[in-house]
Amino acid sequence: MKCDLCDKEAVVHLTQVVNGEMKEVHLCEEHAVAQGIDINSPISITDILMGLSGPQKNIAHELSLACPRCGMAREEFRKTGRLGCPDCYKTFMAELTMAIKAMHHSGQHLGKIPSREGAQTRVKSKVARLQKELEAAIAREDFEKAAKLRDQIKKCREENVKDDEGGKS
Amino acid sequence: MTLDGFLKRHGGWLEAGPEEGPVISSRIRLARNLRETTFPGWASKEVRNRVWSEVLLAFDGVEDSKSFLRWRMDELSALDRELLFERHLISRELAERQTGSGVFVNEDECRAVMVNEEDHIRLQSLQPGLNLQKAWDIADELDNALEKSLSYAFSSKLGYLTACPSNVGTGLRASVMLHLPGLVLTEEIKPVINAVSKIGLAVRGLWGEGSEASGHMFQISNQITLGKPEAEIIAHLEQIVLEVIEHEKNARLRLMGKQEIRVHDHVGRAYGILANAALMTTGEALDLLSALRLGVDLGLLPNMVRREIDQLFIRIHPAHLQKEAGAALSPEERDIKRAQLIRKFLDGK
Repeated sequence: MKCDLCDKEAVVHLTQVVNGEMKEVHLCEEHAVAQGIDINSPISITDILMGLSGPQKNIAHELSLACPRCGMAREEFRKTGRLGCPDCYKTFMAELTMAIKAMHHSGQHLGKIPSREGAQTRVKSKVARLQKELEAAIAREDFEKAAKLRDQIKKCREENVKDDEGGKS
Repeated sequence: MTLDGFLKRHGGWLEAGPEEGPVISSRIRLARNLRETTFPGWASKEVRNRVWSEVLLAFDGVEDSKSFLRWRMDELSALDRELLFERHLISRELAERQTGSGVFVNEDECRAVMVNEEDHIRLQSLQPGLNLQKAWDIADELDNALEKSLSYAFSSKLGYLTACPSNVGTGLRASVMLHLPGLVLTEEIKPVINAVSKIGLAVRGLWGEGSEASGHMFQISNQITLGKPEAEIIAHLEQIVLEVIEHEKNARLRLMGKQEIRVHDHVGRAYGILANAALMTTGEALDLLSALRLGVDLGLLPNMVRREIDQLFIRIHPAHLQKEAGAALSPEERDIKRAQLIRKFLDGK
């Protein structure tokens, strides 16, 4: 079996559970060392069980998480606070989501969209914006406005589904 | 035009603008990255060079691309990089980078695109006075033009993806550069800074840190980049800046009402030192020029124009002095040149 980060033969095989999803990680000697795994002292069975049994102390996960595209390890990202590439947002999603929420008090983009992005992205973004307005309308008990917004959201979603089907045919 | 050409002129953002007394300029900065491409701080030299080439090609899609000058950091001397930094055209971070890093600057210096800074692209638009909307329109247009040939890293949930999560979403940093001597002299600046910081905006000294800012120059900018449309972020910043301007104007009125003699003394002493000193450090010059600028705003120096003082604020910096002298200067030689430059300026008044 090949290493996840290069073409060399993998010597370390780890199983990690992220959000209930089991993932396997295979690393060559060099990348295992780079991830902070000491291949001469095997991970104890307790550690592995701890890692598999609960999210509190997922040691295998802690050690092996690195971005599959750019190779940035979690350790490195934590040290610098900078990500390695756009895909790191997927790799480190779990901890980034919290950090981003804390920084921006939001987790949903409502601004400009590049014109290259497809119609679907536009609709998703419009729905997100309308939903925010809907929440605000409900909070100030403006139910007339809320009903209008709800209908608008529904319409957007229906049109989106139609577009999707159109795309497949 | 070469870099030396900059010395003979001032940036277009130093022209007169709205609220030009307390406001120097407005700036919009957009962070953009290329899809499926490692960020500059983690990328190989090959990737960074490729990004530079891609941006270079993308400039063909910019209508007035011929009005842009471009430099790569690895072909500039340390002094030239410093000159660009002092003119607010590049960041300190870009000046320290090498392979693949560079900048595109249009001739009036109101637009600049940094390549391979913390992000692949950092686009900035500067306007004189309080004019965030115009700065945004110009930045937005340039962004659209570049996007014709560049594929940006974007997610429908997190927006434009950036090397630092603090910029994710709009990638927008809007900022206004303010001159607030009234609030500093009345010692009201600290509560104003604290109040502004509490509502999600950052206040920094333009040269120096926090409330000890040299030259009484401050920069107020948004911190939050995700979860709000650009127009809302800009409107919020503008609203708060207008309130700060109101405070500054009130502070000046109070100074002129109750302590007019002190203000005259403050401005007059600054003039006296600037007109006669033979040695002048950058920090001292910034503080004294700030007093002159206040004097112009209050009508105490009828022969002087605010814009000329704003130009001096830039020209007294080390790289500008050395470029103008055409030689490397020791700190003491710079202090002599700086004092000469200011004396010459005041002689003509």
